[in-house]
Amino acid sequence: MPETPLIAVEDLHVDFATPKGLVEAVRGIGFTLGREKLGIVGESGSGKSVTGRAILRLVPPPGRVRAKRLEFEGRDLAGMSEQDMRRIRGRRISMVMQDPKYSLNPVMTIGKQIAEAYRVHAQVAQREAMRRARTMLEAVRIRDPERVLQAYPHELSGGMGQRVMIAMMLIPEPDVLIADEPTSALDVTVQLQVLAILDDLVTERGMGLIFISHDLNLVASFCDRVLIMYAGRIMEICDAKRLDEARHPYTRGLLNCLPRIDAAGAEDLPVLRRDPAWLEQGL
Amino acid sequence: MTDMIEVEGLDVAFGRGKHAVRAARDVSFRVAEGESFGLVGESGSGKSTVVRALCGLNPTWTGRMAIAGQPLAARRDKAFYKLVQMVFQDPYGSLHPRHTVDRILSEPIAIHGLGDAERRVTRALEEVGLGPTFRFRFPHQLSGGQRQRVAVARALILEPRVILLDEPTSALDVSIQAEVLNLLRRIKRERNLTYILVSHNLTVVAHMCGRIAVMNRGRIVEELSVVQLREREPTQDYTRQLLTASLGYDREAIARFVDFAEAG
Repeated sequence: MPETPLIAVEDLHVDFATPKGLVEAVRGIGFTLGREKLGIVGESGSGKSVTGRAILRLVPPPGRVRAKRLEFEGRDLAGMSEQDMRRIRGRRISMVMQDPKYSLNPVMTIGKQIAEAYRVHAQVAQREAMRRARTMLEAVRIRDPERVLQAYPHELSGGMGQRVMIAMMLIPEPDVLIADEPTSALDVTVQLQVLAILDDLVTERGMGLIFISHDLNLVASFCDRVLIMYAGRIMEICDAKRLDEARHPYTRGLLNCLPRIDAAGAEDLPVLRRDPAWLEQGL
Repeated sequence: MTDMIEVEGLDVAFGRGKHAVRAARDVSFRVAEGESFGLVGESGSGKSTVVRALCGLNPTWTGRMAIAGQPLAARRDKAFYKLVQMVFQDPYGSLHPRHTVDRILSEPIAIHGLGDAERRVTRALEEVGLGPTFRFRFPHQLSGGQRQRVAVARALILEPRVILLDEPTSALDVSIQAEVLNLLRRIKRERNLTYILVSHNLTVVAHMCGRIAVMNRGRIVEELSVVQLREREPTQDYTRQLLTASLGYDREAIARFVDFAEAG
């Protein structure tokens, strides 16, 4: 008997009414998230980010979200009051966005920002919140937390800024973290170090992680399961370890068009051919 | 084969006195005609600084640089840009938003007084795989991949012998990246061009280039052939770590990562 999944989505649609007509960003997808690392992979415009936002009800207008089922631990998210939603957002389900430059307040020190995020969810004194902020910065391997607490966002590198964001999102100890391209602006080595922090949190605290990325190789080596999206639909869900055996021509195409060090320079890269019939299928 | 590009003891500094940042330090390399040379490194390693100095966008450099045997001065003349062209990372920022593709491609022809614009523009578009229907569009009517094709067409239109590519596919989806990389390889074969490709992505550089220089903190730490890279034979720890990182997520390998930016 499987336990209740952390997140359950069934027949999720997101559309945007634009002057040029209705844009269907997500077209009837379904998946569940347990205490695992679930990757959502797709190219720009595939609907992967909108899916992450729809779970937190953060789709900006004129976006419209419909779903047969959109649940967190068995509770209906879609029909929840905005007040109840605020108790879940940030506290139980948190989200890390791509670029720390735009997500942090430029005129507030890092320490104050993290403490503020914590005090929204927990009744603690400022001093206690600052102490927690310091511990959290250590947890995301920031070597000099005292200095960083006093620093403003522009004084930090991209990698540090992203770690600060993650610290801020993790301080209320959420059950689910949605990470939308959290590391694509970072250098590869820093990127992997940040992922290692997330990985440890999933293992140690049993958190569920939705990792949204365009980097199929990275997702395959990092996540437990991968969900491949194309034009608002899920083409395939596979075990990350067995991505090599993926069947869908889109997944195969994405894998094949990546250059490889071992076959470097030998031949031209196979080009992805899109089939309109894919839009009629999907999970 | 003669050397198309020679760089010797190149230093580039920004700012003065104790606030000076030495973005490139004692950088030397040679690229033969028809070769593809890769510059790889993390952000701040100085890789873009080097190609920007080469094509005249960083005037404050010292050292010796020469292209096709001609030593480069601080300022470049028109003849230089007929010989050397550049393609930038951001296809959204590098095209004038209010110029049509036709005007973007015609401008270099007019500046260099080449004439026969009609034929040259049509041919350049054809060469990068864009039909004549694209000619009178504005950049905002193009996708990222199509814009990068226009940027390549603009670089080609003066029929240069050297093209400097600064992260030409980093802003593109992987399927579009494959198309643009194939395009760059085909053009190089057909015209015997010399490339310098700058990228943070080791696999892209390995796919495109025969020789690769790895940069860290403004210096070239190692120069190696793609074969050495493929055989996992870098001699420097920095290169080894970069190689490990580009192979994907491996929790144990990451635990052993060292911060090379702080050493020295």
